[in-house]
Amino acid sequence: MIKDADIMMIDPPDLSAGERMFIAPILSGMKVTLAHMVKSFVGGRITIQYPEEKREVNKDTYRGVHRLNRDEDGRVACVACFLCATACPANCIHIEGAESPWADREKYPAKFDLDELRCIYCGMCEEACPVDAIELTHNYDLVGKTREELILGKDELLSIFDATKGEKPRKNPRITGYLNTGDRTDSPADVTNPTAPTTPTTPTTDKGDSSS
Amino acid sequence: MGLNVTGEMPFQASKEDFVSTKLSYLVDLLRKNGVNWARKNSLWPMPFATACCGIELMATGASRYDIARFGAEVMRFTPRQCDLLICAGRVAIKTMPVLQRIYMQMSEPKWVISMGACASTGGVFDTYAVVQGIDQFLPVDVYVPGCPPRPETLLEGVMAIQKIVEQDGVRSSADRGRGTGLTVQPTIQVDVQGRKSD
Repeated sequence: MIKDADIMMIDPPDLSAGERMFIAPILSGMKVTLAHMVKSFVGGRITIQYPEEKREVNKDTYRGVHRLNRDEDGRVACVACFLCATACPANCIHIEGAESPWADREKYPAKFDLDELRCIYCGMCEEACPVDAIELTHNYDLVGKTREELILGKDELLSIFDATKGEKPRKNPRITGYLNTGDRTDSPADVTNPTAPTTPTTPTTDKGDSSS
Repeated sequence: MGLNVTGEMPFQASKEDFVSTKLSYLVDLLRKNGVNWARKNSLWPMPFATACCGIELMATGASRYDIARFGAEVMRFTPRQCDLLICAGRVAIKTMPVLQRIYMQMSEPKWVISMGACASTGGVFDTYAVVQGIDQFLPVDVYVPGCPPRPETLLEGVMAIQKIVEQDGVRSSADRGRGTGLTVQPTIQVDVQGRKSD
């Protein structure tokens, strides 16, 4: 029970006629909205006409549809080590390994199925890949009418590589050759910590490579 | 005052009347392009947003991506006024009857977009509580992959729906040959020891 002595009565403050209309609080609350309105008058339209006009994604960080890289000889670079399938938190990669027909490696993927619908595009597969065979491109315009057509097989993933060959992968310095992955010519910082923030020079090299 | 497909004026009006000229213009457009042209450019989505995909759905409706450019900006929150169900986000097994009832309350013709990994396949939530793909219970027309998909990807999905509308028109989803069939078996077979066998 609260004692009467502890109860404190407070009168509501007297508001003037101007305060009672709440114009200033409303305006201060609408500050962001009104600033955007004025900005749209001054700065022109911000709507992107999507199919014709595409917004530039951040090439350093954006992760889109996968691709399966080829090495210099045009063979699939994957060696079927199952590291990506193990690292995948969504279990969307399904590989069937087989004995390689080539002399320089033991295994190659006879089947490489990747369920794009199951995938959450976390990029752990390309982090896990020891030969940089699987990479996430900057493509995002993939939709499907059935589940089956969004389970991409080896040929489809390789054809995505053929289509996006000119694009530089996000963290890896060059399009992979299986034999060359051991002796990179990057700076040591890049090798030890590939996810480190890129230096200011990196975007310019990015642009140069992607345009060529 | 209903327009019939043949394009005849439903009432007699003087030729110079403003309304009738506008009406005849509309009738001309309909006659030229078909009813499905009007239908595909005025999809009314029913947003069923349960997770982070819903945020991207809101971004698609906002001014930068502006789903109104495809005539689909009228998000109604009652299924009876909608003809496009956008299921964005994971659907728990307890939510599924709600979603099914919403789908059944929508009037034909109706279409379904399954947006994001969770709604399409369950995504990373491979658990007993999450529906492994709403297409086990609803006839899904377009799957939009991503976690969550970009607004552009959802716009691609809307454009795919528009193509379906143009081709199939008012045919119901069962007639369009989709149905609710279990099209995909679970991708991972678990053997007796509980080990994943790829």
